[in-house]
Amino acid sequence: MVNQFFSYIFQGTSVTVAVTLVALPLGLILGLLLALLYNYGGFWVSRLAAAYSLIMRGVPPIALLFILYFLLSGRLINLTPFWAGSISLGIISSAYQMEILRGALQAVGEGQMTAARAIGMSRLQAIRYIIIPQAIRLAIPPWSNEASIVLKDSSLVYAIGVPEILRRAQQLSATTQQPFLAFGAAALIYFVLVFLVNRGLDLLAEKTKLPTSMA
Amino acid sequence: MISFFEFFVRFLPDLLSGMGMTLLLTAEGVLAGFILGLAATLARTYGGNFWRNLAIGYIELFRGTPLLVQVFLLYYGLPGLGITLSREWSAFLALGLNSGAYQAEYLRGSILAIGEGQMLAARAIGMSKWKAVFYIILPQALRLAIPAWANEPVSLLKATSVVFLIAVPELMTRAKLIASRTYDPISSYLAVAVLYLVLVYLVDATMKWLERRTRLPGFSAVGER
Amino acid sequence: MIDTPYILQAKNLTKIYGENVIFKDISLDVHKGETIVIIGPSGTGKSTLLRCLNLLTPVNSGQIFLEGEEITAHGVDHDQVRQKIGMVFQNFLLFNHLTALGNVMIGLTKVKKMPPEKAKQKALHELERVGLADRAHHYPAQLSGGQQQRVAIARALAMDPLVMLFDEPTSALDPELIGEVLGVMEQLAHEHMTMLVVTHEMGFAREVADRIIFMEKGSIVEQGSPEDLFERPQHARTREFLGKISELYGKKEKK
Ligand SMILES: Nc1ncnc2c1ncn2[C@@H]1O[C@H](COP(=O)(O)OP(=O)(O)OP(=O)(O)O)[C@@H](O)[C@H]1O
Ligand SMILES: [Mg+2]
Repeated sequence: MVNQFFSYIFQGTSVTVAVTLVALPLGLILGLLLALLYNYGGFWVSRLAAAYSLIMRGVPPIALLFILYFLLSGRLINLTPFWAGSISLGIISSAYQMEILRGALQAVGEGQMTAARAIGMSRLQAIRYIIIPQAIRLAIPPWSNEASIVLKDSSLVYAIGVPEILRRAQQLSATTQQPFLAFGAAALIYFVLVFLVNRGLDLLAEKTKLPTSMA
Repeated sequence: MISFFEFFVRFLPDLLSGMGMTLLLTAEGVLAGFILGLAATLARTYGGNFWRNLAIGYIELFRGTPLLVQVFLLYYGLPGLGITLSREWSAFLALGLNSGAYQAEYLRGSILAIGEGQMLAARAIGMSKWKAVFYIILPQALRLAIPAWANEPVSLLKATSVVFLIAVPELMTRAKLIASRTYDPISSYLAVAVLYLVLVYLVDATMKWLERRTRLPGFSAVGER
Repeated sequence: MIDTPYILQAKNLTKIYGENVIFKDISLDVHKGETIVIIGPSGTGKSTLLRCLNLLTPVNSGQIFLEGEEITAHGVDHDQVRQKIGMVFQNFLLFNHLTALGNVMIGLTKVKKMPPEKAKQKALHELERVGLADRAHHYPAQLSGGQQQRVAIARALAMDPLVMLFDEPTSALDPELIGEVLGVMEQLAHEHMTMLVVTHEMGFAREVADRIIFMEKGSIVEQGSPEDLFERPQHARTREFLGKISELYGKKEKK
């Protein structure tokens, strides 16, 4: 019986993973774009990006999720709950990822830009070949934190009826009358997933780390 | 379709009635979380093996799973073990436990930043370990933790919103009721988003103000992120 | 290319930051193969002048000519110009995510679009020139300050510049590392590289410079050969400054 239990919730796991795998890269692309606009766009563009970030980060994700969900699965655009929910989470995450990348881009420092321009690189070349490769390394630790937040926030799409881990757990709890086991199992799966994500990204950080000082 | 502004004004009283619960949950959560977090950090940093592992287990478990799952586990799960909690108690407990795990990490960061030296100096004048913790380490560590910790009330304020999924009568629950009454979910949730934004801004400004008031000269904020 | 004895020529340059006039009406002629040392008190605008010559910062008025062609004119590709003017910074500014070889290569592959194999050959050659062929695969953090600065010089040389600008290349270095960098620069001077060097290393100025320029408060006070400036300074301020510098320099030596 315990076996059946887990295998049922496990089907929800693939949905949770899928939601995360849509939301996280989407948030990364949007976030990177926003961070670049913030750092290298003009005055007004930069202001707009900052306002976007402030608003998106000032409202609870669940409230934003509902707004975006109803926009994305309404009359104009009509996506399935899975896609609407995943994309919404990606949009929400983009504001947080923007902040991470913005900080990393700034931490690389003006000097690197100056040095790149001094050997004749264009601004875009400097951003692409000099600034971004360094910023990405700096961003990995805070970004891995955001990755596990998105994974955990994916549980929110439960509220719009996506059959992910939590939704499965609730169904199980109803059919088996074992609520503690059902939700406990859900918690355990999340715990393992979050652990794996953190471990995986730690390894990545380790691999891409630059030598720090003279041996 | 009425304009959003009219909509907002019309349902503002309704929404405001949920605000009390949201703020109450936030305050309770921060306070309970502080006590739990402090206990967990002390256990983890200065406790024996058993207490250290217990604290690590608690912190990792609550940081490693979604808050919503924790809420459900307490509200729907515990009755399976014969413990039944009201919606409000489940929400309060889940928020406090969750926040405690995060607050423990802020505090630990600043205790580590204070360093071994202060402990050594305290022990050298004959203080016991726990005396040193309470009279030397914590007074410094708590101050050092303020800038990082100041984010916690804001993030908890936002986090309280998920308890509407067990129908605790707070802001989001009101918005949901309005949505089902008006068939205009987008305006309803936009209205609640505006309210949250204002609340977040106010709490954030208050924390910044407190932060300035408690600043000590020459005491830099190591914990700043 | 217009026929001119000057590689670099500046006419009546003025630079203003907000309300601050950094320098005014500065003119400068740099002959091919000449080594010019610029000295002057802190905050005088020496760094700003170099940055302007390299178009890293726009001037407010005046003209700059590279091999007789105006580079301050409208429509000039600044990136093209900077390839031809090498610059070495006080704080090295190596690209932290690239090895020494990578630092020297990247301008060749990405800016000059040279094929990687060829770029590598050239980069190794430049590293050899500064005596660091054996450190090609070290990252900046694994190199000493002197080695980092020599890589920075190699990085600039790889672009085959017409002129090299050095902004206090040794002032961030420990005393025992200064020599190796000055050595590389001296060798460049012997190879008739055209150089503009801001430095407080009076020994280097005396030995290597063809001309010394003394700048103060945004204008050129005096210029001439090392003998003229050191032995027969025309202005009281020049004498005073040289006195202070050698005193400071002497103190450093003692430490
Ligand atoms: N980006 C900037 N914005 C405003 N003012 C600047 C800027 N860069 C430099 N300045 C000012 O220009 C003046 C000259 O600076 P500069 O760095 O060129 O002097 P310097 O002669 O190189 O001095 P040092 O020997 O200390 O390097 C200084 O007063 C400085 O404050
Ligand atoms: Mg300078």
